[in-house]
Amino acid sequence: MSARLVVETLREPARCERYDAAQWNALIAAARAEQIIGTLACRLDGLSLPVAAKRILDDARALAEVGRTLALWEAEAARRALAPLGVPVLLLKGTAFVAAGLKAGVGRSIGDLDILVPRGALDSVQDALLAAGWEWVKPDPYDDAYYRQWMHELPPLIHRDRDRMIDVHHTILPLTARITPDADAIIADSEALQNGLRVPQPNDLLCHAAAHLFADGEMLGGVRNLWDIHCLLEELGTDGLEARARLHGLHHHVMRAVRLSHDLYGTDIPIDWRVRDPADALFKRRLLARDGWGRVRPKWIEHVFYLRGHWLRMPPAMLARHLWTKWRKGYHPVG
Amino acid sequence: MRHSVSLKIGPVGFRIGSDWRVPIAALKDLYRDYPAPDDGIADFNVRLFAARFWRRFIRPSVMIGGDYIIPDAAPLPLEMGLLAAEMGMNLQMALGQRRYLLLHASAVVRDGKALLMSGVSGAGKSTLAALLMARGWRLMGDEFALIDPMSGLVYGFPRLISLKNAAIGLMRSTLPQGRFGPLMKATPKGNIRHLVPDAQAIAAMETPARPALILFPTFGHAPAERAVDEAEAFVRLTQASTNFVGLGQAGFDTLTRLVREVPARAIDYPDTESALRLVEDLWSATA
Repeated sequence: MSARLVVETLREPARCERYDAAQWNALIAAARAEQIIGTLACRLDGLSLPVAAKRILDDARALAEVGRTLALWEAEAARRALAPLGVPVLLLKGTAFVAAGLKAGVGRSIGDLDILVPRGALDSVQDALLAAGWEWVKPDPYDDAYYRQWMHELPPLIHRDRDRMIDVHHTILPLTARITPDADAIIADSEALQNGLRVPQPNDLLCHAAAHLFADGEMLGGVRNLWDIHCLLEELGTDGLEARARLHGLHHHVMRAVRLSHDLYGTDIPIDWRVRDPADALFKRRLLARDGWGRVRPKWIEHVFYLRGHWLRMPPAMLARHLWTKWRKGYHPVG
Repeated sequence: MRHSVSLKIGPVGFRIGSDWRVPIAALKDLYRDYPAPDDGIADFNVRLFAARFWRRFIRPSVMIGGDYIIPDAAPLPLEMGLLAAEMGMNLQMALGQRRYLLLHASAVVRDGKALLMSGVSGAGKSTLAALLMARGWRLMGDEFALIDPMSGLVYGFPRLISLKNAAIGLMRSTLPQGRFGPLMKATPKGNIRHLVPDAQAIAAMETPARPALILFPTFGHAPAERAVDEAEAFVRLTQASTNFVGLGQAGFDTLTRLVREVPARAIDYPDTESALRLVEDLWSATA
């Protein structure tokens, strides 16, 4: 599987000096599919590479740099819109990594702007964003009601001029999930950036990354999300991580993330965390399920994790109702 | 994937994979004189695949995939597999090209200087480029012109020329010796038939040229010509570029330099004869 090639190359960049054309093609296709080619390009910078590969990676690095600028500008736009409210605004995921200057942000592709605000401030945040030019994306009333009733974020908003999406979270997992992280603690213990925006403290960044990877959704982009975790662990260490993970009810997921990061990326972790868990193999299989054309292979594993993602998100009766509604509207998972 | 081919168009390498033999065989035939990607490493991957396994065999329909995709793109019947491959390659360029400022324009070269023709679909870019090729100009491409941010030079992208509807018959009679692909009827864009660029175009496909004239042709009006100032050319070309925004400041600088250095004209034409006359007159007057 070529996702393994991506992982091994990230872990040990010098390997790529021995790759043949077929390996390069597989590496590039899989890295693009996993949206980690910018990170890969930064890791391989300075090595002696075939000219054609170097050109592709130079482009990817330039693109990541433009993406970084756009992400920071989008955060600044949100800051200006929300500053008058006087509520804490936390950056999450990719934007948090680049705003805080973390290694996990180097070359990282960043799509939407993800922010976390206190749940009690949601209405005023929503109004301030609408007044500043953001608009609703989802016209479907079912989708809108679904977000508002069950999700951990407002329905997505898009800015009418800049065409960029913002996800406004009030916690880090759906309300329907069986785990309820302590969003108040994440906000209370967050760290201020110079411009007044905030980022979660290191262990919360890790807890969120692990929650995002294992407790939410279908493990799309797992290679990248696990790379985030590897970089955070290497740079910020593991002090107090277990206790913090327990506080959020995420101990199980954080420990799995740490083990897999150690296994795949060689992250240095405490000896007593290096235990065997038979289920890790399946998660690893899903993480590495990407072939040399950028396709998810084997295909069955995608369906397994699609169902698992929904199972984690909601109780069975609710899940059945949701999938029935979506199916009638013509939604089918296709890869 | 089961079947695949790698080829280079202009400075861009592609690897195209398919669940079926037929589209790959057609590509191998029509692109037989094109080189392989540098170092065997493709810039972009295109995948032609069946949405469901049985769709390989029963009413086979081709989904277009690749490094960059549009979600919910409609599949094409297998008879249009070649069109699907071309659309897949265009899509990679439109969504993924970052090395060059990409302009939706045809380009031809005479005496080492390039003429760019940009217009909406149906303005006659492809047809005019093909006709100029038949009159001895070097074809750089009928769909995309690539502007190098460093040098300001234009690089060609001489893919198969996509002829639509009436242009098919016109080019068949203009170039009876030309190599044509299969006629694909009733595609989403009407009847389509591909024309292989001539030997000159393929041999020099990696040679850039200094842009010398930009034209904005419009079909269906009495012959007319007017100057287009820098600001209007800039705005029109931002709309004709898929990666102007994505390139950030490099895109802005490249396009600004292009419209400052290169004169631009808008032309109206009622038929191809008068278009060719207009183009060649303007070329001798300005370039």
